Amino acid sequence: MNQMQNFTKGFLKENPILVLVLGTCPTLATTSSTMNGLGMGFATTFVLIGSNVVISMMKNIIPDKVRIPAFIVVIATFVTIVDLVMQAYVPSLYETLGIFIPLIVVNCIVLGRAEAYASKNTVWSSFVDGAGMGLGFTGALGVLGAIREILGSGAIAGFKFIEGDGILVFILAPGAFIALGYLIAIVNRINKA
Amino acid sequence: MEYILLIISAIFVNNVVLAQFLGVCPFLGVSNKVSTAIGMSGAVTFVMVLATMVTYLIHVYVLIPLGITFMQTITFILVIAALVQMVEIILKKISQPLYQSLGIFLPLITTNCAVLGVAILVIKKDYNLGEGIVYGAATAIGFGLALVILAGIREQLELADVPSGMKGVPISLVTAGILALAFMGFAGLV
Repeated sequence: MNQMQNFTKGFLKENPILVLVLGTCPTLATTSSTMNGLGMGFATTFVLIGSNVVISMMKNIIPDKVRIPAFIVVIATFVTIVDLVMQAYVPSLYETLGIFIPLIVVNCIVLGRAEAYASKNTVWSSFVDGAGMGLGFTGALGVLGAIREILGSGAIAGFKFIEGDGILVFILAPGAFIALGYLIAIVNRINKA
Repeated sequence: MEYILLIISAIFVNNVVLAQFLGVCPFLGVSNKVSTAIGMSGAVTFVMVLATMVTYLIHVYVLIPLGITFMQTITFILVIAALVQMVEIILKKISQPLYQSLGIFLPLITTNCAVLGVAILVIKKDYNLGEGIVYGAATAIGFGLALVILAGIREQLELADVPSGMKGVPISLVTAGILALAFMGFAGLV
C-alpha cells in the first residue's frame, strides 16, 4: 500500500467513527454544532499524530508485556499538552468541550492505532496513518455536527440561514444518537455498493 | 436528603450514557444479551466506586500538596488501569465464581470513559469523599439501567425485520436515541 492510500483509508473505507464505530462518546457529545465537532476533531488529530510518531519511534525499546501502560502514558502526555494549550488559547471552546478533552486519553481510536499500526510500522507511515485517521475522525465529526446544527437550529458554523427555531431535539442528546445511527447506515450502504 | 437528590439526578435525570454520553462504547458493545449486560454493569459498579474513591484520595493527598494538579489525566488513567488489574488478580484468588462472571469484562473497563469521566467530574464538581462515592455508585447504577434496558430491546430486535443497511450498530443507535428521548421525561425531576 502506498502512502497516499495509507493516508486516505481513514476518510471513508476505514473511517474510525462511521465504519469501525470507535470513539463514539466524544462523537455524540461534542457535535451539537459544527465548530465544536471540528474543534474536538483537531484536538484528537493532534494527539493521534503525536502518539503515533512517538510510539513508532519507541517500538523497539518498549517491552512487549508492558506495552499498553507505556502507550497510555505517551497518549496521556499529549492529551495533557492539548488540555493546557486549549485552556490558554481557546478558553471558550475548552469550556464547551469540557470533560471530553481529558477523555481523549481513553478514546479507543488513539490506543487502537497505537496498538494496531504505530507499534509495527515506520515513523513516517505512522505519521501518515495518524494524520489520515485523525482527519477522517474530524471529517465525520464535522459532518455530524453540521447535520445536527442545520436540523436543530437552522444554522451552519453559527451562520443562521433558516428562519425560525428548527427541530430542537437534534441539538439535545436523543438527536445525537439518531443522527449518528442514520449516518452510519448511509455509509454502510455506500461501502457495500 | 441531599444524597437522595444526588442519586436520583445521577441515575435518571443526568443518566451517564443517555444524557452525558459517557461509556457509549461498552453500551453498544455488550448490549446483545441481558445476562452479559448484567455482568458488565456489576463489574462497572465495582470498579467505578473503587476508582472514584482512590482517585479522590490521590488528588487530595498527593496532587494538591505537591502542586501538580496538571498531572491529573496521566495519574488517574494509570491508577484506574492498575486498579482494574489488581481487582482482576484479587478476584481470581478470592472468588472463582465472581471472577468467572465479571472477569472477562474487567479489561474492557480500563478504556470505559465513564470510569475516568466520573473520577474527573467528582473533582470538577468539588464533591467531598462521601458525595463522590455516592455519585460514583449512582452513576454506575444509571449505566447498568440503560445497558440492561437496551439489551432487552435488542434481544427483541433480533426477531424484527430490519433493512440491511440499518442492521447492527445503526439500529442500536436509533433505539438508544428513542431511549434517551424517554429519559428526557425525567428532566426537571430534581
